[in-house]
Amino acid sequence: MTTTVALMDYADVIARFDPVLGLEVHVELSTNTKMFCGCPTVFGGEPNTQVCPTCLGLPGSLPVVNEIAVESAIRIGLALNCEIAEWCRFARKNYFYPDMPKNFQTSQYDEPIAFDGWLDVTLDDGEVVRVQVERAHMEEDTGKSLHVGGATGRIHGADYSLLDYNRAGVPLIEIVTKPITGTGERAPEVARAYVATLRDLLKALDVSDVRMDQGSLRCDANVSLMEKDAPEFGTRTETKNVNSLRSVERAVRYEMTRQAALLADGGSILQETRHFEEASGTTRGGRRKETSEDYRYFPEPDLVPIAPSRDWVERLRTTLPEMPAARRKRIQEEWSLTDLELRDLVNAGAVDLVAATVDAGASAAEARSWWVSYLSQQANNRSVELGELPITAGQVARVIALVADGSLTNKLAREVVDGVLAGEGEPDEVVDRRGLKVVSDDSALYAAVDEALAAQPDVAEKIRDGKVAAAGAIVGAVMKATKGQADAKRVRELILERCGG
Amino acid sequence: MPSISRGEVEHLARLARLAVTEDEVDRFAAQLDQIVQAVAQVGQVADQDIPPTSHAVPLTNVFRRDDVRPGLSQQQAVAAAPAAEDGRFRVPRILGEEA
Repeated sequence: MTTTVALMDYADVIARFDPVLGLEVHVELSTNTKMFCGCPTVFGGEPNTQVCPTCLGLPGSLPVVNEIAVESAIRIGLALNCEIAEWCRFARKNYFYPDMPKNFQTSQYDEPIAFDGWLDVTLDDGEVVRVQVERAHMEEDTGKSLHVGGATGRIHGADYSLLDYNRAGVPLIEIVTKPITGTGERAPEVARAYVATLRDLLKALDVSDVRMDQGSLRCDANVSLMEKDAPEFGTRTETKNVNSLRSVERAVRYEMTRQAALLADGGSILQETRHFEEASGTTRGGRRKETSEDYRYFPEPDLVPIAPSRDWVERLRTTLPEMPAARRKRIQEEWSLTDLELRDLVNAGAVDLVAATVDAGASAAEARSWWVSYLSQQANNRSVELGELPITAGQVARVIALVADGSLTNKLAREVVDGVLAGEGEPDEVVDRRGLKVVSDDSALYAAVDEALAAQPDVAEKIRDGKVAAAGAIVGAVMKATKGQADAKRVRELILERCGG
Repeated sequence: MPSISRGEVEHLARLARLAVTEDEVDRFAAQLDQIVQAVAQVGQVADQDIPPTSHAVPLTNVFRRDDVRPGLSQQQAVAAAPAAEDGRFRVPRILGEEA
């Protein structure tokens, strides 16, 4: 059953309304164990094999807070320029849903561990938008449901559901922005860039594997529209199931056009949770939002308050890595990159790889050239991310070193890289096995040069007459005869020498 | 004057997924009212300068090391479930709600 949804042309939406965004990002921490018990958090285990009485909510079980999860929460808060609470509590958020075995989620309510921060987000054209962060709080993930029966395999029309609680209790940090206003037509782009920036930040902090495809980073997008000079925000919807950066942008854009059509038609927006449909790029209505009161939050009696000492907070501050934005700026200066070159590097996902290659001894220019051109092509051909290529920064640095010391030509170097990618071992092993070393033995080269000169006496004559440019043809013949394994520069020297230069 | 209305009892019952009869709505409204009034007496002695107590034990920062501890096997986990299938807990269909 599908009904046609009226949508307003995007340009018309912008002409008439101002969008207001609120983004909630949930990040699963990559701790060894769950938030409140010692069960492992590994993704993809057999159902209900990473559970215990605590995360199953069995009577008599008691939660104990994972210290590393608290540290991660504080580090995330600090990286987001937040204040860290001197004292805060967990709270029970009560609602019934089978993916929560306890019938409440242990979360934080009015005392988040981190609050009042901001994150600068750089858009593609270099414009910087400062997104205000309302809070970052600790909570736990839910289990996973599998809906059985019904035509669509979805919850609607399902006969029953099957629950796997392996994920229930995995530490989550929820990061909530303040309303993001004034972004106009760029709202969808800002939403995407914010999530991307946050993802990079969390990755740099090494607190999560931030895989949107596996659900370790999830975004709920709150969107509302207000008429151009309206005194207050409009009613918002919250779109869930937004599982990629591209989807974040599409979901926001779709909601803007849907809400605008409704409002322009004299309708009103229902405050509800909507579900993003990846295939069609649309959203569909879900459950009506319960009000905050209906969750009947109250302080969790089974967990004592958390009071991070300022010493601890400052110690954690010293563990913060260089933030991605600062790092890019530094790299741009150190490697003398133009804005465009930097953007190419970032878009290719090559910043870390190039940096690691430079750390392994290569020059920045060579390292950048390899990763951004030849290796990016190979990644494209294989439809994998650059970082997924079976070659390490150290191996690339070794190949660059072999070129630098004259052992390899650029052409041979590409063959060595091909060999490494094909699983033939380290660069030096590939060189040996494939016999790729530059022929630097002059006696072998002299023979090839003499042969080429003899085969083309007219060219040889020209060179002898001082037309040095003609040597190119002989170089080409020698390179061909040596299957490209000669050093072209040396070959040229030998030709000129032979021709009485 | 009762501070708990019939509507509030019905609302709470719905949130708690309890089926209550008409009679029970009245009875619980009166009982809850008594409870609320009893608890309200605390307000007579606790002034603004006394913070609400959520934890009677003066402890903070009770943490656990991030070390994996053995849990239950799949068989043990679903053993007491009213219904299970393929190692998962089987629950009646969920209508009108979506997480």
